[in-house]
Amino acid sequence: MSKIKSLSDLRKLREELKSSLELRENAESADAVVQVKIGMATSGIASGAREIFNFFAEELPKRRIKAIVTQTGDMGYKYAEPLVMITIPGKDSVVFGEVDIKKADEIIEKYIKEGELVNGVVPKSYQTI
Amino acid sequence: MTKINQHILTCGGTGCRASESKILAARLKEELKDSEISQNVKVVESGCFGFCEKGPIVKILPDNTFYTQVKPKDAKEIVEEHILKGRKVERLLFRDPNTNELIDESKSMGFYKKQIRIATRNCGFIDPENIGEYVAREGYEALGKALFELEPADIIKTVKDSGMRGRGGGGFPTGFKWELTAKSESDKKYVVCNADEGDPGAFMDRSILEGDPHSVLEAMAICGFAVGADEGLIYIRAEYPLAIERLKIAIKQAEDVGVIGDDILGSGFNFNISLKYGAGAFVCGEETALIHSMEGLRGEPTLKPPFPAERGFFDKPTNVNNVETFANIPAIINKGAEWYASVGTEKSKGTKVFALAGKINNVGLIEVPMGTTLREVIFDIGGGIKDGKKFKAVQTGGPSGGCLTEKHLDTPIDFDNLLAIGSMMGSGGMVVLDEDDCMVSMAKFYLEFTVEESCGKCAPCRIGNKRLLETLEKITNGNGTMDDLDLLRIQGGVIKDTSLCGLGQTSPNPILSTLDNFWDEYVEHVEENKCRAGQCKSMLKYVIIEDECVGCTACARVCPTGAITGNKKEVHFITQDLCIKCGACMDKCNFESIELIA
Repeated sequence: MSKIKSLSDLRKLREELKSSLELRENAESADAVVQVKIGMATSGIASGAREIFNFFAEELPKRRIKAIVTQTGDMGYKYAEPLVMITIPGKDSVVFGEVDIKKADEIIEKYIKEGELVNGVVPKSYQTI
Repeated sequence: MTKINQHILTCGGTGCRASESKILAARLKEELKDSEISQNVKVVESGCFGFCEKGPIVKILPDNTFYTQVKPKDAKEIVEEHILKGRKVERLLFRDPNTNELIDESKSMGFYKKQIRIATRNCGFIDPENIGEYVAREGYEALGKALFELEPADIIKTVKDSGMRGRGGGGFPTGFKWELTAKSESDKKYVVCNADEGDPGAFMDRSILEGDPHSVLEAMAICGFAVGADEGLIYIRAEYPLAIERLKIAIKQAEDVGVIGDDILGSGFNFNISLKYGAGAFVCGEETALIHSMEGLRGEPTLKPPFPAERGFFDKPTNVNNVETFANIPAIINKGAEWYASVGTEKSKGTKVFALAGKINNVGLIEVPMGTTLREVIFDIGGGIKDGKKFKAVQTGGPSGGCLTEKHLDTPIDFDNLLAIGSMMGSGGMVVLDEDDCMVSMAKFYLEFTVEESCGKCAPCRIGNKRLLETLEKITNGNGTMDDLDLLRIQGGVIKDTSLCGLGQTSPNPILSTLDNFWDEYVEHVEENKCRAGQCKSMLKYVIIEDECVGCTACARVCPTGAITGNKKEVHFITQDLCIKCGACMDKCNFESIELIA
């Protein structure tokens, strides 16, 4: 790190560095941010979930959305993989199936940003405790 | 694809390092190296998480998974299961000792629920050896604000208005101290950080220095600007090697980027920080003794006034504050006095870090708002007493403090309340005692410590404490009389009133408070020659049960003092005068015919 010569330089530097801690900061206030879970059991990964995971992990901070992107195990709806579960604060979680990059982009732009449902919702077939 | 989407935080505090957390971190990195997502995961060695009981701790983010007692060999499983497949490793999760429930994230743990972390805000969150992470957490913003947007008087006013009181033990208002130093006229002034943490069982200062050294450096520079000092000294005991190492790294980094040193952030203000090592003497936590030790003299206190704020290090005005006090300062400057004053009680603002130790389930480091009750700390955060035993007392304030009992459990903890019930805040050690602890022995333990640590300068402390200890030993040896109990009170009172410094003025506290709260136990020791906890050896008696003894001679052969007599196949007998209560006979006996009478 080079020398910081003024207060505004310090503040500029902080803005640059913030992204490195964003993931930890968001996790501290998990209930207040969008949670994205991607089903990444063996079959999920085989059907391309890793690519979708990376897309969300990269795009959400870029689009200035505070979110936690995590991988999770098998969600059960294997017929519709890759699966993405989105939980917007204060709302029930919604699972989207057969997500590809295009769909993921649509989910971010429409559902996460606007709260507008998009095609591909997988109906819930069980309750979790 | 190099976007990092998971962080693995491992604890790099002294406690967890002793349980191989450094090897664990290396192993995690090793395991990740070979995996396809090595680019996406970052392993960070951070400071203390506080939950030392179950260390080493590994926390995985963003899902907040909290793994406890992780060994290097578990690294492979964590990487393969959790990181690659998103499946939590159940056997490493924390199990609530009371409900037996598995808890998979730190937010739902009772241990963390009631805590508010101000002084330890970055401990267990950032990498202490990376100034970048500190800067990203508003680091050095307070210093920038102080230098460019505030006048020294504004800073002092903010600290005064916040109601901050010194966290080293005495509870002197920090803002007033700064004001005193600022008012002293001199060509040279010093800011000293007192990192001579000496209470048995207290380790909050060490954890802050290890987990967030920059917060202390930043606060010292702010203090320097406010009081007009250009040099900072950290007096730290040499027995804190990891804290020293991290401080050195932090000072180097801060100098390199220009937030410590000459012309800080281009403001023209100079502030340099260096370390001074202490040899670990308890009395050097007293500020005048500390200053003498730094000057190269014997670590002995001198009478105040003059206060260090007027004449301190090499007779120059010196502002001495404790580590935890400093760690709060950047947060106060950033968020304002009002915010800080909104936490805590009427006369004690903010939070306090406590080191929980003793017979408690969750041993560790906690930070709670002032005004939290002892019950909340011990039972909600601390998880209650170990092995389902009964709570007996809690010792607060270390060798200067006292013992509090059941009836004090609902007292809100703050400086004044603790003093009123015969103990004190001290630096924040909290040792929990259960029914198996003897209060007389406990008082003796602390007194042995002060006798050892007394510098010897003044007679009441040097001679008085020794006499006090002799009286206590007489009682625990079973030779005490009721007069001795009165003598303890008189001796204690005199030592308190006449000693030169805080060490002697508080050293009789453990005795006086146990006399008040556990009078019955003292009387039992004296009149019945009985120690109900079975800890005072001389009051124990090994006897042979005549009906059970078969005369095998095993006990007589193992007795080191020849106290056991008897012929083969005849009942044996223990001569009490010769017995040293080692218990060897009881261990050796195959017929359970030796019993221990308390």
